Amino acid sequence: MGYYSPRSLEDALNLAAAPGRRIIAGGTDFYPAQGDRPLTDDVIDITAIDGLRAITADNGAIRIGAAATWTDLVDAPLPPACDGLKMAAREVGGVQIQNAATVAGNLCNASPAADGVPPLLTLDAAVEVAAPGGRRTVPLADFITGNRRTVLAPGEIVTAIVLPAPAAGARGHFVKLGARRHLVISIAMVAVVLEPGAGGTVAAARIAVGACSPVARRLADLEADLAGAALDGGLGARVAEGHLAVLSPIDDIRATAAYRRDAARTLVARCLDACAAEMTEKTA
Amino acid sequence: MTPQQVPVRFTLNGREVTATVAPMRRLTKVLRDDLGLTGTKVGCDAGDCGACTVLLDGEAVCACLVPAARVAGRTVTTVEGLGDAGAADGALNRLQRSFLRHGAAQCGICTPGMLVTATALLARNPSPSEAEVETALGGVLCRCTGYRKIITAVVEAGAEPAAAPAPAAGAAVGSRIDRLDGGPKVLGTDRFGDDGAPAGAVAVRVIRSPHPHATFRIGDTEAFLAARPGLLRVYTAADVPGSNTFGVLPPFADQPVFAEGLVRFRGEAVAMVAGETEAIEALDPADFPVTWAPLPALTDMAAALAEDSAPLHPGRPGNLLVSGLVHKGDPAAALAAAAFTVEGAFETGFVEHAYVEPEAGYAVRTGDRLEIRACTQAPYMDRDDVAAILGLEKEAVRIVATATGGGFGSKLDLSVQPYIALAAWTLGRPARLAYSRPESMMSTTKRHPARMAMRVGADAEGRLLAVTFEGDFNTGAYASWGPTVANRVPVHASGPYVVPHYRAVARAVHTHAPPSGAFRGFGVPQSTIAQESLYDELADAVGMDRLDFRIVNALTAGQPTGTGQVLSAGVGFRECLEALRPRWERARREAAAANAAGGRQRRGVGVAGMWYGCGNTSLPNPSTIKVGLHRDGRLVLFQGAVDIGQGANTVIAQICADALGVDVADLEIVQADTDRTPDAGKTSASRQTFVSGKAAELAGRDLRAAILRQTNAAEDARLDVRGGTVVVLDGGAEHAVDPAALAADGDGFVLMGEGTFDPPTQPLDANGQGVPYATYGYGAHMVELEVDLDLGTVNLLKLTAAHDVGRAINPTLLEGQIEGGAAQGIGLALMEEYLPGRSENLHDYLIPTFGDVPPVESIIVEDADPLGPYGAKGIGEQALIPTAPAILNAIRDATGARIRRVPATPDQVRAAILAAGNEGGGHA
Repeated sequence: MGYYSPRSLEDALNLAAAPGRRIIAGGTDFYPAQGDRPLTDDVIDITAIDGLRAITADNGAIRIGAAATWTDLVDAPLPPACDGLKMAAREVGGVQIQNAATVAGNLCNASPAADGVPPLLTLDAAVEVAAPGGRRTVPLADFITGNRRTVLAPGEIVTAIVLPAPAAGARGHFVKLGARRHLVISIAMVAVVLEPGAGGTVAAARIAVGACSPVARRLADLEADLAGAALDGGLGARVAEGHLAVLSPIDDIRATAAYRRDAARTLVARCLDACAAEMTEKTA
Repeated sequence: MTPQQVPVRFTLNGREVTATVAPMRRLTKVLRDDLGLTGTKVGCDAGDCGACTVLLDGEAVCACLVPAARVAGRTVTTVEGLGDAGAADGALNRLQRSFLRHGAAQCGICTPGMLVTATALLARNPSPSEAEVETALGGVLCRCTGYRKIITAVVEAGAEPAAAPAPAAGAAVGSRIDRLDGGPKVLGTDRFGDDGAPAGAVAVRVIRSPHPHATFRIGDTEAFLAARPGLLRVYTAADVPGSNTFGVLPPFADQPVFAEGLVRFRGEAVAMVAGETEAIEALDPADFPVTWAPLPALTDMAAALAEDSAPLHPGRPGNLLVSGLVHKGDPAAALAAAAFTVEGAFETGFVEHAYVEPEAGYAVRTGDRLEIRACTQAPYMDRDDVAAILGLEKEAVRIVATATGGGFGSKLDLSVQPYIALAAWTLGRPARLAYSRPESMMSTTKRHPARMAMRVGADAEGRLLAVTFEGDFNTGAYASWGPTVANRVPVHASGPYVVPHYRAVARAVHTHAPPSGAFRGFGVPQSTIAQESLYDELADAVGMDRLDFRIVNALTAGQPTGTGQVLSAGVGFRECLEALRPRWERARREAAAANAAGGRQRRGVGVAGMWYGCGNTSLPNPSTIKVGLHRDGRLVLFQGAVDIGQGANTVIAQICADALGVDVADLEIVQADTDRTPDAGKTSASRQTFVSGKAAELAGRDLRAAILRQTNAAEDARLDVRGGTVVVLDGGAEHAVDPAALAADGDGFVLMGEGTFDPPTQPLDANGQGVPYATYGYGAHMVELEVDLDLGTVNLLKLTAAHDVGRAINPTLLEGQIEGGAAQGIGLALMEEYLPGRSENLHDYLIPTFGDVPPVESIIVEDADPLGPYGAKGIGEQALIPTAPAILNAIRDATGARIRRVPATPDQVRAAILAAGNEGGGHA
């Protein structure tokens, strides 16, 4: 095997052009997936690329470099719309994992239980992908195509996650359900971003559920139904079974499908109520 | 492209180092194998356990997930680098002293990761709260302590810990002295199974079955070897010079070192490859030449017991290994006449021991002898089985127990030993092997899954009349300790209560699953789930308070057990229950008040009792301990009771020192080594404090008598060890015994004390009547929790544990056993189930983390046992047994939901709440 640690994106792309080379950042998914097989593939380590670890804001739009870790994210000064994302960051493994694993890597690994996906979906995140021919930006909802599958083509490298500028006063929240307190793969998780409108209403709601479908899903019908609702009017109580129809949970070692569907509804309601409560507290 | 190996220069613990390694080599391997710093432990190689935590530029990371090349130019700090700047090597820093003082290190395998992670926290936040510690350390797993003492140690690390007590000669029993083997554990210098292999040792890789049941054929191994330079030899069953069969219970020995043409469980060994380390590391086991023909597998007991199912083993028709029975009175008639009866069917799954140290060790051949240094709970059993496998006399094999990073029963059985023995013996070179986490999980023993049906009845006043119990225990493919479970469970299935009419049957059933063996409690935790759940329901049926019901029916001295045994003294069960009463009343009041406020979180309180016989069931169970005076004046304790973290090295020394009449600090300890320490039996069945402790007391007295004889001093003379002599203070007289002037044996010892204790038991008759154990430990746990009615999640608020231990030799270590046992009980109740092929790692198999163990209040009851050393008896298994049923009872108290299968994961609890049709909660 070969190991490359390019300093520039250009070098990385040139290296990635050769077939069979694997990209690693934090390595926290890479090594466990190796099992008891010896490493034979060539590896391109992108963590030494200049500037790739930065988290920056430009006119409110946020850019999370592909080598930024979960700890970097927690430490970054981000608006309250990103609170749900930060809450998720604190639930990714333990501190050890948060210090090494990258936000972008969580997307590339494309686990149905990836903690980062629901909050990023609620932030309308897009994934910036570089190829030798140029860059493209893919909405997150399109980037992950299935269980452990993405649109990344051979030779492409994710360079950043980009978030449009959150609306003024928008706030995020996140809840995770697992069978133990720390180091747990989610049974289900929910992220919410609420944008306040005039007169204490919801201007827009964005809600995503993870670990209940091959790829985390936004609940578009519920989002539509909540637009214009009173923030303090018990948003959670408005969640109906039909709002979760887009989910397709499965039975696995962590929980039954029926339970997931049932719990997801509870979690969505609670996440909405918690988020709304924080917003009304802030404005009260 | 970079070359195969590159020099990586970095700062390690303040010093510049260069390692020339493959760039993607895990940093753990660089530190441990290339640079010799073995303080950083490997528990999973997957970021799931945190044992390998190091600081990379001051940030905690799992070294197993860091490519070597990435540390170039950076700073790495390991446990070896935590000492205070300027302090001497071997000096403990304040955090390390706090760990030692608060009993935060038990086996010590997770301790380096805990210390390093805590160091990063304290650098940022010198005065963390309990909650901050819990969150910051949440990425490190511990299987021994239950975490509470670790939290305390970190919270308290800001101040110098109070000095450890230094009891005077003869006053060590009862003292909270620091564990005597704790220094190396907090320094990271203790040598565990994978820490000591000599450089240049041959590496070994075992080839295992991916199928639960299959025939197989091994292909062209010569071509396989020829294509892979550095590989030395392939071994199969044909290469085993002695017996290819082993087992912990000789009459039932049935497990092959290498399967012969047929495998009976996924993970069974079929062959092994030995070679140079680099060649073994480069080996993909999938390339090994073997072809499989999978067969239908009997993966559960229903299938195995079906009439047309073929037996796994000839001579065990119906897949029945052993059946145990205890029968007294006429339970059928008594149940028919009972005013109240309740019944239920219960199930439990496989539970994995999940010690943080996977099995590991190395073997060295010296002439015609073979020496093994490995983690173990049973050195003499290892010796005898390894000798039989190699076709050697027992004395030709020496077993030295390394520090053992948790055992909980599974390290009683052989694991790596046959493989390293075979390689070292045949190749004439040292050989080493450390199991990977998946290999450890798929190939070693488990807790028996149980299917149990139980019926219990009481009279109108709430007095227990009769109990019937039938349990099937899935013993997997091979016998291991299945017979022990089948014999122990029927003795215990009534719980420590007076039950006039009793019938209990337990069967060990073979399936195509990993062998179930010993796991903290040998089946009793499972049967206690059924029994204590039903006693709660019976109390409700009678209309009695659930704690009162237990107190009324509690076994006391002078009353017969289910086997007809009458214990004359040392039955402190009722006292344990009585100790809970004020707490029970307080907790019930608080729960009722909380529930009156409504909401979707419902509080509940649950209680459960337990008993557990110390030592083997109606079988000989001796321990021998020696303590000698060396001609150079040293007092040496030959302490063969393996310390797997529970504290035998300390407890046995405290007992022996008091019996001898010296300061415990005057004893030098030689740990388990079959060439040096006499057989102190196995570390199992909560027997070491009781049995080996008694032997240590006798040994101490024996040496004391020998010393006093030298001076004709009176019995009550005081001994003082100073400067190479033993001074005997007899009234006003002072006699010096100069060991240098006495005749020495070949090892330099001039006087030797020896003690052997074999607890008196009697065989059980055809109805299971007799004296199975010389004594029992008793206890009761009370759990306060809240259940989320909508999600089925359970949040434990507090656990109160009362245990009758006869005498607490070291209360700190005792609390450590209680807290750690309770943590495993929490896992059993709420989250742990091993599924072969599906949860062979520590992220799919869940054990409790820092946030899952509530504060634990330990209440120590000391109803002295007439036989035990200073009245002491065991605690190791006792502490786990009542936790799970107390949790289930509290869940029912909170919600009305009856849980009949553990683990009670959120989906199961939610389903039970819905089934109970009482979403508002059922708190009485």
